Amino acid sequence: MMDPTFAWQPVVAVFVSAVAAILLSLTGEKRRNLRDSWTILAALIKFGAVFSMVPGVLAGETFEATLVEISPGIEFALRVDAAGILFAMSASFLWILTSFYAFGYMRGGNEVKQTRFFAMLATCLSATIGLCFSANLFTFVVFYEILSIATYPLVTHSGSDKAYAMGRQYLIYAITAGMALVAGMALVWQAAGTLEFQPGGFLDADMGTGMLWAIFLCFAIGFGVKAGVMPLHSWLPNAMIAPTPVSALLHAVAVVKAGVFGFVRLTGYTFGPELMGAIGAAAALAAFAGATILLASFIALTKDDLKARLAYSTVGHLSYIVLGIALLTPQAMLGGAYHMVTHAAMKITLFFCAGAIYVHTGKKKISQLDGIGRQMPLTLAAFTVGAVGLVGVPTVGGFISKWYLAAGAVDAGQLIFLGVFLVSGLLNAAYLLPIATRAFLRTSEDHPVRNEASPLMVVPIAVTMLLALMLGLHPDGIFQFFSIAELIVSDVTGTTFGEGGTP
Amino acid sequence: MSQIPALIPTSLLLFALVSLLVGLRSARGAQLLAVAGMLFAFGVSALGLREVAFGGDTLRYAVGNWLPPIGIEFVFDSLAAYMTTLLTFTGAVVTVYAPKALAAETDGRQGMVYPSMLLVLAGLTGMCVTGDIFNLYVFLEVAALAAYALLALGERGAPVATLRYLLFGAVGGGFYLLGVAYLYFAAGTLNMAELATLLPELQESRAVIVAAVLMVLGLAIKMALFPMHFWLPDVYTNTASVPAALIAPIMTKVSAYAIIRLWLDVFPPGFFTEGVPIAAAIGWFSAAGILYGSVLAIAQHDYRRMLAYSSVGQLGYIGLGIGLANPIAMVGALLHIVNHAFMKGLLFMVGGVIKLRTGRTRIPEFVGIGRAMPWTMVAFTIGALAMVGIPPTAGFFSKWYLLLGSAEAGAWVWFAVIVASSLLSAIYFFRVIEMIYRDPERDSAVKDREPVEADGAPVSMAVPIGIMAGGIMVAGIFNVLIVRALLESVVAPLAGGG
Repeated sequence: MMDPTFAWQPVVAVFVSAVAAILLSLTGEKRRNLRDSWTILAALIKFGAVFSMVPGVLAGETFEATLVEISPGIEFALRVDAAGILFAMSASFLWILTSFYAFGYMRGGNEVKQTRFFAMLATCLSATIGLCFSANLFTFVVFYEILSIATYPLVTHSGSDKAYAMGRQYLIYAITAGMALVAGMALVWQAAGTLEFQPGGFLDADMGTGMLWAIFLCFAIGFGVKAGVMPLHSWLPNAMIAPTPVSALLHAVAVVKAGVFGFVRLTGYTFGPELMGAIGAAAALAAFAGATILLASFIALTKDDLKARLAYSTVGHLSYIVLGIALLTPQAMLGGAYHMVTHAAMKITLFFCAGAIYVHTGKKKISQLDGIGRQMPLTLAAFTVGAVGLVGVPTVGGFISKWYLAAGAVDAGQLIFLGVFLVSGLLNAAYLLPIATRAFLRTSEDHPVRNEASPLMVVPIAVTMLLALMLGLHPDGIFQFFSIAELIVSDVTGTTFGEGGTP
Repeated sequence: MSQIPALIPTSLLLFALVSLLVGLRSARGAQLLAVAGMLFAFGVSALGLREVAFGGDTLRYAVGNWLPPIGIEFVFDSLAAYMTTLLTFTGAVVTVYAPKALAAETDGRQGMVYPSMLLVLAGLTGMCVTGDIFNLYVFLEVAALAAYALLALGERGAPVATLRYLLFGAVGGGFYLLGVAYLYFAAGTLNMAELATLLPELQESRAVIVAAVLMVLGLAIKMALFPMHFWLPDVYTNTASVPAALIAPIMTKVSAYAIIRLWLDVFPPGFFTEGVPIAAAIGWFSAAGILYGSVLAIAQHDYRRMLAYSSVGQLGYIGLGIGLANPIAMVGALLHIVNHAFMKGLLFMVGGVIKLRTGRTRIPEFVGIGRAMPWTMVAFTIGALAMVGIPPTAGFFSKWYLLLGSAEAGAWVWFAVIVASSLLSAIYFFRVIEMIYRDPERDSAVKDREPVEADGAPVSMAVPIGIMAGGIMVAGIFNVLIVRALLESVVAPLAGGG
């Protein structure tokens, strides 16, 4: 069964945190330092395994591991390519930081049921890396469903009535999405007889436009829910009732980007950009994504709750990526792919800050934050960097991705979407920057002395802020995210990029 | 001639007799004998399964050395091996589980329960190995009579509900027997293999058509196919935990097996799909049953009644696979026989543990059980997720094959029913999960409810539950092994478009 090319790295990267979930459940609350060290150990091994494959992937190697035949003719198999490793790198790196942050947050807030919390978080990470490295649609859907279910106990973590109500809503969305995916997958199998991802896609126009549209609709619902594309987004702001480390890692990075990553696999590796364009599915997707960007930004303006505002900002930014993919031009795709990483770094910084403020001062509302910059200057400085980056100011990563997105919109001749990107940049400024000015420029008696939250929280905040800066100043720095993003686009479209990302 | 086909039901009968004698004195001894009998039959089934799957031969046994068509023949092929292995496995697991639950829910009659359990298994395995349509009826009634005795145990309503089951079961058996008579007069034989060679010439005959309809109708009542399910919910709700855990997972499935056997191995290819649209009728009733059972399950507050309506829906999946009449859908239906046996067995056994430790059966009173018995509830959650159809649990794969079959047949209404039913089952199972993990100290909605203070499951109950939970995962991840080794050859007759 095991062929000589069987690669262990993806297997380790996917399953190490599932093993950790079992170990830490058995260890339990009474020995919580031992329990929490399982998390850290798994996070480090996971990131190490993913990182070890980066040079190989950039050199054109693929790492494959076929585990078991799961349905006649369909294998449960892992394959590492550029798209997978981009998402896996950002998710696994941020998990290390989130783990430390979560120790600070959960212990600082004296949260209950911490063992279940960390076990489910580790399970979610297994599922996330699993879907990054899925070689075919079936494997992808299996991990996607596991991710949906494992997130549920995290959403309802607080155990309040409201948390259960939100959890119910979350489940209805997630299970509907999952069933739509399974239905779509059955249609793909019926039409194509294979589910194997291929760069450039494996469906073709002979299958009939009706069938292709049915497939597209199933997947658009399945992925659109997680990616928060309107009108399927309303679970996401409500899911913010989860503890902040969950909002930060899952509802800004892992879970929601799993939906976005689904669109990458759908457009680039299932339909192929040409077919998506030819049947008009890309245009429809672009229209929904464009509308989502603007509407979400407007709604964000109206929110006084900090996490709610950030949640709507996430809804908008996820659609940046979806729109980048749907525009189908190489530069737009490059921008979209890179935005997966830069948005992750910037948004997780903002959520970390929001959580640190809440645990340290108990404040949740933006209107209460006057002068808080005096008390927690480092935290709020990091917040400002993240906010500026989301607006798209150079030196922070968000500028680079937005630049390519805008250039891609021009390439596609879709100036309306260029307008969308520019207007939403302004709206981003309007809803994020006032928080920073309020914190630093206004004064309040609430915050007389300087004292930051626990170092367990402040250090991760500083690291994610530095990552956001590094992505802007040196896009191809140690993790080579930009080269990986370029490689995705050349895999999918066949375009090769010259110096500085020009096709 | 191989002894294996005959050895399975007869050894169970023999063990039933001995355990009856022992059971008069000692319930413990009867239980040990029952476990031994089930394990013996399971071992024989597994041996036979290995020969059938890897040796590729069908094992035959002529009763009393009277060769067919004169004598009764036992036939052990892939389908029979698949069924008997499942039945004896489930039987063994439930028998291990039984003593503590029986001691809590019944009084003074426990020694008599085990012989009945063995008799049920003897009847059901006999139905699977026999190659004779009349002999199948005999085994059907053996299983049914023993089951009535078991199901009448339990709460006050149990005897009445079981009496109703007995009446409708007798009607079902009567229809089947009538069909057998018509067939005998038309073809002059009761042997399945013989019938299969004779019936193609007679398929225009009215007698044969009437026989087919009557036999399927009778079996459909026994199978609780919607709308002939009405006897089922009361029975499963009122009976004790052990009979529920034994009967609910397997009994109705064997009638479904009998329908599949008649279709594939007795009547000519295409007989159920062309001419008299028996398969399509089963499919449409099943689709309605899936929706009906799921919706009613949502409306229930009693855990066991919810499971009972869920069974009505789940049996519909098996019926849909029959209705779709293509190989991949039939694989889904057959897999669902095993998957649903594991899932329902697990869920009823968990219900028994909850009843034993807390005395509760109503879902709103399940608050806080997750904390009192964490590992049992992990197993419950696995079972519930499998019922919803979340991969990689076994429950996902039967739905997946049925979806592929619907897509292949272009049966888009049924395709939509399968998708929708997952959402419905998610609603009623996550309601339970939510209640189990609710925390009365922090949650005003359930504050007035008394939280559960209880021990976890005793070892003799926890191990069977764990085995079932493991079975759900293994049967999911390695389902292709089952499909390739056994089911592909079973469904081969459908491949020609028949």
